[in-house]
Amino acid sequence: MRTNYPKIVEIAETKSEAKDIKTFRFRYNKKVSTGQFFMVWIPGIDEIPMSASYTDNFKGVTVEKIGEATSALFKMKKGDKIGIRGPYGNGFKTPKDRVLFVAGGTGIIPVASLAEKIKKKNSLIVFGAKTKKELFFIKRIKKSCSKLLISTDDGSFGYHGFASDLAKKVLEKEKFNQIITCGPEIMMKKILDLGLEYKIPVQASLERYMKCGIGICDSCAINGYHVCRDGPVFDDRTLRKMRDFGKFKRDASGRRVRI
Amino acid sequence: MKLSTEISGLKMRNPTVLASGVLGETGESLLNVARNGAGAVTTKSIGIKPKKGNKNPTVLETEHGLINAVGLANPGIDEYENEIKIALKSKIPVIGSIFGKDKKEFVYLAKKMGSFGVSAVELNLSCPHAKGYGIEIGDDKKLVYDIVKNLKKSVDIPVFVKISVHTNIVSLAKNIESAKADAIVAVNSLKGMKIDLDLRMPVLSNKIGGYSGPGIKPVGVRTVYEIASSVKIPVIGCGGIMNGEDAVEYMMAGASAVQIGSGVYYRGVDVFRKICKEIKTWMKKNSYKKIDEIVGIGLR
Repeated sequence: MRTNYPKIVEIAETKSEAKDIKTFRFRYNKKVSTGQFFMVWIPGIDEIPMSASYTDNFKGVTVEKIGEATSALFKMKKGDKIGIRGPYGNGFKTPKDRVLFVAGGTGIIPVASLAEKIKKKNSLIVFGAKTKKELFFIKRIKKSCSKLLISTDDGSFGYHGFASDLAKKVLEKEKFNQIITCGPEIMMKKILDLGLEYKIPVQASLERYMKCGIGICDSCAINGYHVCRDGPVFDDRTLRKMRDFGKFKRDASGRRVRI
Repeated sequence: MKLSTEISGLKMRNPTVLASGVLGETGESLLNVARNGAGAVTTKSIGIKPKKGNKNPTVLETEHGLINAVGLANPGIDEYENEIKIALKSKIPVIGSIFGKDKKEFVYLAKKMGSFGVSAVELNLSCPHAKGYGIEIGDDKKLVYDIVKNLKKSVDIPVFVKISVHTNIVSLAKNIESAKADAIVAVNSLKGMKIDLDLRMPVLSNKIGGYSGPGIKPVGVRTVYEIASSVKIPVIGCGGIMNGEDAVEYMMAGASAVQIGSGVYYRGVDVFRKICKEIKTWMKKNSYKKIDEIVGIGLR
């Protein structure tokens, strides 16, 4: 069986979520765990990794328009064809009560999906964005019964400041048994340090440039680990072993560049 | 039972070598391959300047193997020094794979690799998916002779030449030997293509890619057999080696060592340890004491 080959699917539904953020839904009958990702092929343009935002039979990816591939995808409509490989990666380990989620920007995509799946009333989501206009999935998060705290870098909504600062304030007052984080790596590094300080295990979902998605091309390598196969979700013990975490990533040519 | 061997002065604890292009972009991944039992590791092919390679899709699976057109993505020789430094901690031979567009580039790259401390350089004269490089140079017999001859004058580490099947193998091999190369590596991936039936278009962005994995093994064995029958320098076999018996087959055809690339995908990064164990099982069953005893016994 050829498992690592793009399956061609039709876009069944598109939904604009916020400025430059759109969800694309499609039928794809493989089992997907929250935190896993697809390699999405936009024919003739590129193939890029995208975190699954909906994991039931009616799958979905939610995408920010940031480059050539995502811009091309944004122009696609219902009925247009894309290729899907995967799901790849490990996904989140089902967290123990009580969970603190910390998401920055599009990091909310797998976080919202996981919060929705575990549906724990006592969990809390800290969601940070640059500005009010970049907030999305709010209704979806509220439905998942989690408490939601919002921060914006410019103060246009909620707490004025970074999600990591807001998370610190939360941790000063409340107790949690697990932290799940996804977003800018500098934010996740701060969350990892907070986890160490408050002795709470952390799971973080990383992002790296990818080619193969199946652990052989070495593009997504970080200190001997491969984000596509060993990750994208790593636990605190592993993250602390990664000297490059929060500091360096690799560009398309494999050069080590500052984050 | 003795799996250790020596090729052109490279002392290897066993004959399994990581093939270029798989897990060789970063030093720490090379270290990880060493920890998983490889006898030597080959770096990703490195050029003069950083190269992004082709757009995705660059790797896909077919019925009997993988097709890739990564397109020689690499961080450039200067930046790569740090990766070599890390890889050298493995204490096993590190082979520096290089690609250039002409004699001058190859000499420059080989000297650099030598100064970083690699045990040998491997010339990529066979990449099937990068314009102006690889196979486009490897197909020119005179140019190959010239490159190898010049390299041998400029560096004192062994020079391995990795060649493609898409050429006149025997005459190219004789040429490489007469230019005083230390070993020939055969084969690189074969030119291949996959067209998607729904979209009616090639899947790889580069359209043409390199086909590797189980499907190419008979081609590799035949090629090694032909080369080993016509030259005296060592041959390193490559192409579709998934298990110990595949490795033994290549060695019977004349390979002194074997390279493993796609096998990492099919059996995991510990494929090296697994293959060594399987080679030992075969040797025990067939009463061989030293791995070298198998090399070339099938040449009849």
